[in-house]
Amino acid sequence: MEVIVYGIINSVMLSLMAMGFTLVYSISRLPNFAHGALYITSGYIVWLCLNALGLNYFLSIVLGIAATSILGALIYRLIIMRIRGMEISEIIATYAIGLAIIEGLRWGGLRGSTFTLPSFLAGSIRIGGVIVGYQRLFALVFGLAVFAALYVLVKSTRTGLALKGIAQDERAAMMLGIDSDRVALISFAMGSGLSAFAAVLILPLGNIVVETGYNVLIYSIAVSIIGGLGSWEGAILASFIIGFAQILTEVFLSTHYQMVISLLAIILTLLLKPSGIFGKQKELDDRV
Amino acid sequence: MNEGPGRKERVDRGIKVRSDGIYAVSSSREMTYLAGPRILLIAVLLLLPLALEMAPYWKRVINILCVYALLAISFDFLANCVGLVCLGGAMFIGVGGYFAATFNVNLHMPVYLSIPSAAIAGAVVSTLLLLPCLSLRGVYFAIVTLMYPLLFTRVIEAFNILGGSNGITGLDSFPGQNPENYTIILILLAVLFGLRRLLNEDIGLVMHAVKDNDLSVRASGIDVARIKTLAVFIASFIGCLGGAYLAHLYMWAGLSLFALDFSIIPIAAVTIGGGGSLFGAIVGCSILVPLSEFLRVFGTFRIVLYCTILTGFIVFKSEGLMPYCTRKYQQFERWAKV
Repeated sequence: MEVIVYGIINSVMLSLMAMGFTLVYSISRLPNFAHGALYITSGYIVWLCLNALGLNYFLSIVLGIAATSILGALIYRLIIMRIRGMEISEIIATYAIGLAIIEGLRWGGLRGSTFTLPSFLAGSIRIGGVIVGYQRLFALVFGLAVFAALYVLVKSTRTGLALKGIAQDERAAMMLGIDSDRVALISFAMGSGLSAFAAVLILPLGNIVVETGYNVLIYSIAVSIIGGLGSWEGAILASFIIGFAQILTEVFLSTHYQMVISLLAIILTLLLKPSGIFGKQKELDDRV
Repeated sequence: MNEGPGRKERVDRGIKVRSDGIYAVSSSREMTYLAGPRILLIAVLLLLPLALEMAPYWKRVINILCVYALLAISFDFLANCVGLVCLGGAMFIGVGGYFAATFNVNLHMPVYLSIPSAAIAGAVVSTLLLLPCLSLRGVYFAIVTLMYPLLFTRVIEAFNILGGSNGITGLDSFPGQNPENYTIILILLAVLFGLRRLLNEDIGLVMHAVKDNDLSVRASGIDVARIKTLAVFIASFIGCLGGAYLAHLYMWAGLSLFALDFSIIPIAAVTIGGGGSLFGAIVGCSILVPLSEFLRVFGTFRIVLYCTILTGFIVFKSEGLMPYCTRKYQQFERWAKV
């Protein structure tokens, strides 16, 4: 029972983390290696608003998410748009930006256990004999709500359809008058906002540490490779696989093996079905 | 300096045109023109330790510089000649270093045997680890190489293998400071010119073709995955050579061999120096590594600095210094009337 409850919560958290990465990649084919950095930045911004500016918690969260989205949009507009299409430069640039942010935060003093966000809700509840903190439940419910909102956005609004169009066939979409750069900008901002959202929901469960930035990046990448790069359904399914695998290793082996499990999962996926579980798109193109 | 209507055009210098073909051997002037830059590089590298005889600290910096240059060459080779972006050069350093430590401490190999054998063993292991993503196109290679150094650190820490977070100590050192310097300088020169030679052979052409259009390579009946595997083996051999050397230099192999510096400085060096020629990698390193020694007090802020420089170069001067200098050396500009 414990495994099931914690497995579900862990999986939803993982998919929350990975959603930003998957969104950006699926729409604009940009591997956003700054994803983990944006995640940790938003946590830091919220902490700053809360402790340095003394704002109310809700307001700081809104500010944190907004600021991270704007940061993402700026990164796209000022740097990545200029090198769009040069694959090597895209990869190196996002990687360098991510490193610069993470290491800058480390240098700026984001160390130790002094940086914590309070949880929204104290207390816990028993579900089938397992004690679960309200904060985790809250993250679960809100995570599902975000997925639902994204689904509705993409299926039914004009912007969402534009995003989908660019994701499916960039040239055809451009011929229909969809501005590829604008869509990529929106996707980058949305991806950053999503990573901020995940950070706000998940970070209150622990400290804000710089290493989290790298861990989030690794897990997001693992999830999106296993699910098939750029496939949302795949990412959600993959985060359930990894989420449960992690909880199971924690119960039966030890927490040390968690990283190894994700690595093994990635290598197995690449060997057996490189396009991932749901990666039906362009299977022929992916392999040489 | 707009001199009336017209446009600026670039024309090859006469001596460049002459030395392209058989006339290169026609006079000593042409030969000097061709060999000049190469001889300059070799001479500077060989004389540098002698020039810095009075400054032992900077003699050690030369070693570090050469190790970074090896890594940068390996990155440049993979990225600009084969089209694989390797974001984790630290992986090669780490694997090579740990192999050297094991060979030297546990198997008691002497220094000059343990470095090459560690490089070969490390190259085999790294290639095997990267093999799953070599048959794929796209960003998989970058992603997987990004993950490995981070994972290695966590795995070694968590399982307390290979000396855990203390590392393996007690490696043999080099017999003196001059052997120390000249070992790595000679390795660097051999790798540089060997690799340039390789790229001019048939296999080098195929590698360039893999970067430019892998489908057409495949259509010619050449196995792309095999070519990529070979390239990764060569690149990781070069990286592991540096790692094994570094482990012996520090007489220690530990987690800091997987440090981010080893991943980001080579990338920054290649971007600044200019990719594709392999010389650019060395030029970039000889700017960045001394700079990083001066900025030692800033700690991790240096990485921020590299990344900023790197991004700036990618966005505003993606060509790099070396191709710029090559152009100036080979061509001149003039206004042409239209």
